[in-house]
Amino acid sequence: MRAALAGDGAAYRRLLADLVPFLRRICLNSCARAGLSASDAEDAVQETLLAIHLKRHTWDQDQPLKPWLAAIARNKMIDAARRRGRRAETDIADFEDVLAAPAEAENFERELDRQGALRLLDQLSARQREAIEAVSIRGESLRDAANNLGVSEGALRVSVHRGLKALAELYRKLNA
Amino acid sequence: MKTEDLIAALAADNDTKQAPMSRTFGFDLGLGFCVSALFFFSFLGLRPTFFASLDEPRFLFKFLFSATMAASGLVLAWRLSRPDGAPGLARRAVFLAPVLVAVASLIEMAVVPSDQWAARMIGHNAVHCLTLIPLMSLAPMAGLFLALRHGAPSDPHRAGAAAAMASAGLAALLYAANCPDDSPFFVAVWYMIASSIVVALGWFAGGRLLRW
Repeated sequence: MRAALAGDGAAYRRLLADLVPFLRRICLNSCARAGLSASDAEDAVQETLLAIHLKRHTWDQDQPLKPWLAAIARNKMIDAARRRGRRAETDIADFEDVLAAPAEAENFERELDRQGALRLLDQLSARQREAIEAVSIRGESLRDAANNLGVSEGALRVSVHRGLKALAELYRKLNA
Repeated sequence: MKTEDLIAALAADNDTKQAPMSRTFGFDLGLGFCVSALFFFSFLGLRPTFFASLDEPRFLFKFLFSATMAASGLVLAWRLSRPDGAPGLARRAVFLAPVLVAVASLIEMAVVPSDQWAARMIGHNAVHCLTLIPLMSLAPMAGLFLALRHGAPSDPHRAGAAAAMASAGLAALLYAANCPDDSPFFVAVWYMIASSIVVALGWFAGGRLLRW
């Protein structure tokens, strides 16, 4: 994390990838306790990663990293449980026939989830969505993506950052 | 979006740096306090006897009380500004200023005849105290809230209340230089009520504004 904060992008990427199993374990555990599905847990993992990223300046480098990570994950899990609680209260009737068929239910959930993520991306401005899709889903480097989109690298960087902030904001609105 | 895709996007954004917490705190709070100080010197100003009163313990105590409240609120807000922040023993700092004023009031009771207690407590202008302290705490509070939004408090209610306490202390520090009432009785009643209003406001505002 120190290397990442000092500007080492490759180290940062490695760290985030290494964190995923740790976060998944935390999220799966607390989701199971709260009666949430595995796809809710993956949602929470993503939300947590986003929060870790946007709030990484709040880690005091003299302190151990783990409690800081766990605190963020806990916070996001509480949000996820709250969100799910409300959804369950309102929508349970619509899910009844799905709940009867577990395999189908899982597919259905996955589909919902995919739509959910896409819908969140769709709510971003066109420029932010394109920027995020280019560097994430198509996996292009900032420079290649900027060339392909015909914008400067700096402008693209700003779009990606604003897009990520907007995504976190959208997650928060889901909780409000 | 798959989790790996998200990670790619986050790594691509690593070059976007955020200001360190200490700088944001210092800058936002400083700016907020300057706004209140400007308001104070434009519309209120030092009381005429300000310099003549500088050797009176009662007068000086008001500043000690206000500064203590500001400092303890600030320490708590700082501790609570991070996700893993826990106030620890510092949570007791909440009681420092109230204990100070309670002790000062006991001393006042010992040295002042009891037929003057009520008059000293009611003072000259309690309404001023109750409006000006909350009013002048707004700007520093806005600054601290901005700093806390830059941070990531796990307990937004408490973080908001701590920020409010710091701001009320700073506002009281300014107001004390204008207020004609110096008795600890007056401070114990009116300064405390004014600060409590601000802290309650901070508690509720924190719950709404400091989520992330």
